[in-house]
Amino acid sequence: MKIAQEIVDYVSALSRLSLPEGEKAAMQRELEKILQYMDVLEGLDTAGVEPMSHVIPLENIMREDRVMPSQDRGELLAGAPVPDQEAFLTPKSVE
Amino acid sequence: MTWETVIGLETHVELATKTKIFCSCTTQFGGEPNTHCCPVCTGMPGALPVLNEKVLEFAVKAGLALNCQITRRCRFDRKNYFYPDLPKAYQISQLYLPICRDGAVSLSTPAGEKHIRIHELHMEEDAGKLVHDPWLDQTRADYNRCGVPLIEIVTEPDFRTADEVVAYLEHLRSTLQYLGVSDCKMQEGSLRCDVNLSVRPAGSAQLGTRTEMKNLSSFKAITRAIAYEARRQIELLEEGKPVVQQTRRWDENKDATFAMRSKENAQDYRYFPDPDLPQLFLSEAYLERLRREQPELSPAKAARYRRDWDLPPYDVQMLTSQKALADFFEQTVALGAPPKQASNWIMGQVLGALSARGLDSRDMPLTPRTLARLIQLVQSGRLNRNTAVKVFDAVFDSDADVDAYVKEHGLEQVCDAELVEDAVAQVLADHPKSVADYRSGKEKAFGFLVGQVMRRLKGQASPPAVHAALHSRLDK
Repeated sequence: MKIAQEIVDYVSALSRLSLPEGEKAAMQRELEKILQYMDVLEGLDTAGVEPMSHVIPLENIMREDRVMPSQDRGELLAGAPVPDQEAFLTPKSVE
Repeated sequence: MTWETVIGLETHVELATKTKIFCSCTTQFGGEPNTHCCPVCTGMPGALPVLNEKVLEFAVKAGLALNCQITRRCRFDRKNYFYPDLPKAYQISQLYLPICRDGAVSLSTPAGEKHIRIHELHMEEDAGKLVHDPWLDQTRADYNRCGVPLIEIVTEPDFRTADEVVAYLEHLRSTLQYLGVSDCKMQEGSLRCDVNLSVRPAGSAQLGTRTEMKNLSSFKAITRAIAYEARRQIELLEEGKPVVQQTRRWDENKDATFAMRSKENAQDYRYFPDPDLPQLFLSEAYLERLRREQPELSPAKAARYRRDWDLPPYDVQMLTSQKALADFFEQTVALGAPPKQASNWIMGQVLGALSARGLDSRDMPLTPRTLARLIQLVQSGRLNRNTAVKVFDAVFDSDADVDAYVKEHGLEQVCDAELVEDAVAQVLADHPKSVADYRSGKEKAFGFLVGQVMRRLKGQASPPAVHAALHSRLDK
């Protein structure tokens, strides 16, 4: 599958990434390469193969509804890019 | 031209589990920001979600009560979007294999029976809360609500009026409360509703372009938003302008809807199966156990009340509409109160007292034991009805001991025949004119004499005893 410049712009907009002009062409080539793997898969004969919905042959892995202590807030926020006592801070985002 | 309004609903309901859907943090409402959080619900790299078994159980129970098909093999999908209310940059939801599909509910509305089809019901996680700082160019994210389990219930576009929408939501709320799967408190956001609305010429089979309204947090807001949005779309079409497909926000203060984001900016969620969560397989034995555990829901309860206790339809509807009220009623009856008496007290005094205090039936301070005792005192003739109402008002908030209160305030009904006889004799002697009036055929005079006797006995006599004593003397 060919990746047009518009698709690169669209995907980067969805991902909230601003790509410098110089990187767009490289990104275009990389995305194309990734999708070439799909072409390889498309070439396989899958008639009679059941669709797989998960790679791990496990089902019904669940836990009991029992409260465990949450993480200490100070510890949790320590990794945030902007320091604050009680919240994660982000650039203003109003829709 | 006559227009027809077509409405479909997406309702998000927070499940009443103790912990979040994919981690063991508490779901308790409120709490200091970011204190009910862990690496899973704040989306730390490498953290793995594990499904809460109660969430699956509650979703299936809700689906069974809404007459849905249960998906025996189901799984979760990722809905990708970048917005800081979800720190993982995706929401774990269900797109391809929702847990429940193809349900239906029947509603009684003033216009008759109405059938609403349920398109699907799926499980997902709630997002966090964002507070936009008006002074700094900043948004503060609180992830306490992030990961709280939700079910989203999507109907087909089967509604035509706001009344039908409200009837459906009341039915949904009652059903989910009966099941114990959600408290459905709209004011705390545990039941939230998005309304999809379009209009079309009456009789047309084609659907018009729809808009989606968000931020509807009460039945009143829903009713007003539907009226506003239908009128707005009709006006556009009558002016020859198109309706634009968009999400609109209801503004309660301005009584109007405003465009939020246009579909040109189409959301592309790039759903795919979540590789972190193994798939689910629901065995027949599992489903059978949940079917057996289903409680009696309000329609079945209502039928039983009518059949066994011969209560009037309106009383039955009121008593069964809220589980807490129905439980209160049944417990009062189980303690010996005659059903009709219990119903009268609940419909009158109990609902009146709750509404005067702005209380929900779940926050009832009075116990069934106290009401049953009060009814018993009236039945046995120890309290008359008026005095009993006064006692009710006095003990409602504290659930105080009725017998102690009656004794302390000397309210017991005068049953002593001699006291009643004395009062009657005295009244007859004091009012010879009324006696003469009654004997000459003026029935009204009798009521006056009853009143006088009651007054002498401070209102604590049993009316039948007073009537009998008066008749025995006057009718000689």
